[in-house]
Amino acid sequence: MGRPGFVLEVDRSTPPTLFFHGEGFRLEPLPVGSRVVYPAEPLEPIEDPDDAIRHALLHPLGDREPLPALLFPGMKLTIAFDDISLPLPPMRAPDVRQRVIEAVLDLAAEAAVDDVVLIAALALHRRMHDHELRHALGARVFDAFEPNGLLLQHDAEDPANLVHLGHTDQGEDVEINRRAAESDLLVYVNINLVAMDGGHKSVATGLASYRSLRHHHNVQTMQHSRSFMDQERSELHSSNWRMGRLIAASGVKVFQIETTLNNDTFPKPFAFLQKREWEWSARDRASYFAAAKALDRTPPRIARSLFQTQRAPYGITGVHAGEVEAVHAATTANVYRQQLVPVEGQTDVLTMGLPYICPYNVNSIMNPILVMCLGLGYFFNLYRGKPLVRQGGVLIMSHPTPWEFHPVHHPSYIDFFEQVLSETTDPVEIEAKFEEDFATDPWYVHLYRTSHAYHGVHPFYMWYWGAHALQHLGGVIVVGGDPKAVRRLGFKPASSLRDALEMAEDVVGRDPSITHIHNPPILLADVT
Amino acid sequence: MKGSFPFTAPTWPGGVERRPLERRTGTDYDIAWARRYPARVARALIVDQVLRPVVRVLGSPQLHGLDRLEALEPPAIFAANHKSHLDTPLLLTSLPDRFRHRAVVAAGADYFFPNRVTGAVSALAIGAFPIERRRVSRRSADLAAEFLDDGWSLVIFPEGGRSPDGWGQAFRGGAAYLALRTGLPVVPVHLEGTRRVLKRGAKLPTPATVHVTFGAPLRPGDGDDARSFGSRIEAAVATLADERATDWWTARRRAATGETPSLAGPRTTSWRRTWALDESRRQPAERRWPR
Repeated sequence: MGRPGFVLEVDRSTPPTLFFHGEGFRLEPLPVGSRVVYPAEPLEPIEDPDDAIRHALLHPLGDREPLPALLFPGMKLTIAFDDISLPLPPMRAPDVRQRVIEAVLDLAAEAAVDDVVLIAALALHRRMHDHELRHALGARVFDAFEPNGLLLQHDAEDPANLVHLGHTDQGEDVEINRRAAESDLLVYVNINLVAMDGGHKSVATGLASYRSLRHHHNVQTMQHSRSFMDQERSELHSSNWRMGRLIAASGVKVFQIETTLNNDTFPKPFAFLQKREWEWSARDRASYFAAAKALDRTPPRIARSLFQTQRAPYGITGVHAGEVEAVHAATTANVYRQQLVPVEGQTDVLTMGLPYICPYNVNSIMNPILVMCLGLGYFFNLYRGKPLVRQGGVLIMSHPTPWEFHPVHHPSYIDFFEQVLSETTDPVEIEAKFEEDFATDPWYVHLYRTSHAYHGVHPFYMWYWGAHALQHLGGVIVVGGDPKAVRRLGFKPASSLRDALEMAEDVVGRDPSITHIHNPPILLADVT
Repeated sequence: MKGSFPFTAPTWPGGVERRPLERRTGTDYDIAWARRYPARVARALIVDQVLRPVVRVLGSPQLHGLDRLEALEPPAIFAANHKSHLDTPLLLTSLPDRFRHRAVVAAGADYFFPNRVTGAVSALAIGAFPIERRRVSRRSADLAAEFLDDGWSLVIFPEGGRSPDGWGQAFRGGAAYLALRTGLPVVPVHLEGTRRVLKRGAKLPTPATVHVTFGAPLRPGDGDDARSFGSRIEAAVATLADERATDWWTARRRAATGETPSLAGPRTTSWRRTWALDESRRQPAERRWPR
């Protein structure tokens, strides 16, 4: 059984603290009196995941019959699954989606179900490459479905394959994938890496159109989601729940299968990254030293490919299936069991080291907009209760923030960075002035539908993801980033952590309280 | 004088009754030495450094379904179809490390242990132990069970010998009986393409791509006896064969409705069976080098 997460108060004998820095890492001494929030150690995984999956399918939660009772010959079965954005980093084969989908298909075969289609629930994300689908689904499923045209990727811009199910009581359009909506049964296979994932959000977001998504992917919603990792206080979730209930009321029968993973994030050569620094063995120290020095001398492109090939040895900690809300309650409890760390009180300055990966740059480049989204969107929001940093406080994040974009995956990001951010960084103004043009630009729509590009509106959503943080913070400083790119984001560049802390004092006053969030592995601060 | 006793074996005095010869071949071959540490180290070297490169050159094996073994801890029984002498080294070198270095192979006593030299080579190189394949032998069964109880995994070809015509033969009950007796899981394995490399009677191998497909481990159910469990193992291997010939989903559906093509092929005249097999046309041997 892994030890729970905790808050360390830095004293004179505390060793320097690990900061991720893109495709690298640093050891930074923190001032005496600073706090470091450490994640829990990995929970024990389920010993026989296949058995647990089968048990979940046969003993569903909530108002749902066991899966075999929902399958019959001649039926239309659709299996939707989470896309490349989960988990992070991608997990070592076999991926949990493969295990679950094979178990579902085994039962479907026994029930003589012929009409089966698999759909990657992309929402407005990029289409997955074949090798990514093969990794997520396994060669057996991929080779059986893809060549026969039965493995699809959701297209949020294909009017012929979308169906409008109605409006919620708040007037939100609910429009989802036609095949999913018109199936006798929609099985959704999810990976719940963080508390934000899953529940009604799986179908209502993953299989929705832009027309539907814009109702909750906007500045207003994100500023009222405090945080979007806490479903009880998240407007993002309220909206998705309203939509999910309307989807159910429209007669779409969803059989939700949610899985949770422990936080065993790094493979053996990088195992020291998830150890507490004072427990590093001589071997860990040697590994750190060798890796840090080697990465310093490695061209960024090669370092990036090296990191992107890493596969996490995640263990499966839970599988729940059945009715969406009942399943998600059990799943969320499981996520909290792994990630929740109690923290007392807020801080003036919050520091964090941003790693090389976020949900939108798997096998791709972490561009400056994604750096903002990871820091101010995801990491800032990893709280329940109150933000870790006080209103008007300063966020210091460490990342190289290169002025670099993946031209195939992120074409609209390039224009967003050049045209929009050069004019304003205010999310409200950006939304009002620019969103529609980008969202409806036929070239971006074409690239989204036929290439492997994120939708034209996606960089806007990334910016909105940080809207709550931008509203809350007094300043953002990026350590070790490309100064030009950092300034374009509206942040201040600093060359070292010491400089950044001095600069922060200009905003929060002398001798500020400092808290470092030691993430990844992912933790969720329960701030009281 | 050199060339005579004591440099050669002594002659037997005519007036002394000869002791009956102790049989040390066939199922009586003593293989205890081959389980000791020095022999195991030698075998690990032979398997990893000799057999593996040879198998790679001849068959460039494509492995499928290894993920199904992820949660499986040794020992286990690996039951595969059998068409060629390449099958044993191929399967042995394809096993995950945790199984490979502590595995024994059930080998026909008449073929692999006809004399002590051949027996020693078989026992050392592939970890073979002799079994009687023409009749049920308590000694063979006890020996195999002893290995399994001791933590050794077992590689067995339940057909009892290589296919004479390329189609499968009926599975015998040995693997199922051992699983029932020891409570260990049976991993069904399908080997494809080995006959193209080295078929029965061939003198020289022809390089071609071979496929090894591991199935999900099977455990005997409550009502299973050796016969019914043996049929399940055979059906599982047939499903894996179908999975290679079509795709996983088609194979699963056909297995669920009992429509999986039999490993034994069509029951018809010999030429039509050969015609139906038509290995060279269905799966042309890929010439890999030189192109």
